Amino acid sequence: MAQKHARGVFGNLSNLVFLLLMAGIFMFPLVFIIARAFMPLDELLRFPPLFFPRNPTFQNFVDLANLMAGSWVPFGRYIFNTVFITVVGSFGHIMVASLAAYVLAKHKFPGATAMFTIVIFSLMFAPQVTMIPNYLILTRLRFIDTYWALIIPAFALPIGLFLMKQFMEQLHDSLLESAKIDGANELTIFMVIAMPMVKPAWLTLMIISVQQMWNMDGRSYIFTEQYKMLPIAFQQIVQGGIARTGPAAVNVLVMLIVPLTVFLINQARMVETMATSGLKE
Amino acid sequence: MSDALTVGLQKRVQDTAGYLRRLGTRIYNSRESYYLLAPYAILFTTFTIIPVLMSMGLSFTYYNILEPPKWVGWLNYVNLLLNDEIFIIAVQNTLLFALFSGLVGYLMALLFAWMINELPAKIRSVFVLIFYAPTVTFATFTIFQIIFSGDAQGIFNAKLIEFGIIQQPINWLYDPNYMKYVVIAVLLWMSLGINFLAFIAGLQGVDRSLYEAGYIDGIKNRWQELWYITLPSMKPQLMFGAVMSITTSFTMMFQIVMLVGDPSTDYAAHTIVAHLQDYGYRRFDMGYASAIATLLFLMMVFLNKGVQRLLKKVGT
Repeated sequence: MAQKHARGVFGNLSNLVFLLLMAGIFMFPLVFIIARAFMPLDELLRFPPLFFPRNPTFQNFVDLANLMAGSWVPFGRYIFNTVFITVVGSFGHIMVASLAAYVLAKHKFPGATAMFTIVIFSLMFAPQVTMIPNYLILTRLRFIDTYWALIIPAFALPIGLFLMKQFMEQLHDSLLESAKIDGANELTIFMVIAMPMVKPAWLTLMIISVQQMWNMDGRSYIFTEQYKMLPIAFQQIVQGGIARTGPAAVNVLVMLIVPLTVFLINQARMVETMATSGLKE
Repeated sequence: MSDALTVGLQKRVQDTAGYLRRLGTRIYNSRESYYLLAPYAILFTTFTIIPVLMSMGLSFTYYNILEPPKWVGWLNYVNLLLNDEIFIIAVQNTLLFALFSGLVGYLMALLFAWMINELPAKIRSVFVLIFYAPTVTFATFTIFQIIFSGDAQGIFNAKLIEFGIIQQPINWLYDPNYMKYVVIAVLLWMSLGINFLAFIAGLQGVDRSLYEAGYIDGIKNRWQELWYITLPSMKPQLMFGAVMSITTSFTMMFQIVMLVGDPSTDYAAHTIVAHLQDYGYRRFDMGYASAIATLLFLMMVFLNKGVQRLLKKVGT
């Protein structure tokens, strides 16, 4: 690697051993989630409890699918609801927050610092108490019981602006200046120059945002069964009692898969960008 | 005398007018910036600033959600600070949990990100996946619940008994003597989240030519390299991580409540946000809950100032 002071062989080895040990500890919950999804009911409820299934089965997946097929609102509807708010919400959040972050990081104008400080401080106010005022505002806007109640506020979450601004600050002014001299307008500079250069940042933001939206249950703002989100639908299934321990174990796995896949894809693309951007090595 | 005063006053007025005019010009000249900022600013004001200000206002009232709020002045704050013993327990626990999940978690994320960064890309991706995976979904908590459960399902107890470390199962989640440790362990388990990703992205963005330059300038070992080159280059990410650590470690509650119940036995793992939730949505005293939120907010802002000052010293 380019670093001048690399570790010796011993240092590298102990480094790797430490990381492997830690990896073992951190992997434990995930492996347990996967293992449980394949356990038959009698193994799930066995004493002493098992870590790995002895007779792995797909029965839990079949049971969950049957329960899903039996729901009175077609289950695809719940999936659509959650996918829709996740896609629109994350996309909007990345665009709106990045644009604002670009302006705050690279333009000098009265009020810029104050605005940023307010955004940071707003992160520190417990969301539990702003729920009631938010409900009142969403009612005024007639967003209650629609997707917009979950999507539109997500566009302007503080975290996106904060993360993007921290990365945009590292952009070199000279690049942006030269584009301006070439006659590009601000929106073009943002889309064509700034955003591609901070790709690792918005790929990271996408991971975070998708994860947040995917897990959103929206129970405070959405009441019509047809508009409800996937986590609620799963909860209704899982709360059916001890006989549903199997489907419940699969449900945990299913809820994990989408954010994890987005994470894996983005992680791979991030490594790619690093390799080609010339910043590395 | 009065002439001098008039002249002075006139000058002051002129200065102010001039300042305002210049400010006006600057605002006018940066109008494009404001246009571009507008979408975020409008949404942010509507869904964050206004609700926060409304909550702060509510903290001076008695508000049970059904009836209109009644003004009570500082009463909520007085009761909170002088008459609420459980709040004091909640503050202590919150600080304890924040120390581990915030400070230790932050350092852990940085250390792991740094160690991983030097590995080949493929291996690095695998490690990132493994460390990040536990934080992907809330559902992970149901798994920790099963692992540490005190009944026949509890795999942790089962293993300890199997190895002869304990003779009888321990009620890890509901025994006030143990639950704090379990909460801390789980919080650390799940602390490699957003910060960790930001640190990794930040480390990758460090300009490699700086290392060459540093070598010429007499950097002697890897620690100096880290302190004088790597960390200062990723200051924005360090700042981001610090703020996120403070925020998440002080406001998390779901996680703890899902593990040890709400309220926890003898309030042994009670937190400020759990207290807030208790008053807001179980006792329907939104005014009191808002006062808790406002105090928590002040605590975090204060702490944040201190941390920012510390971070400025990195690399000096």
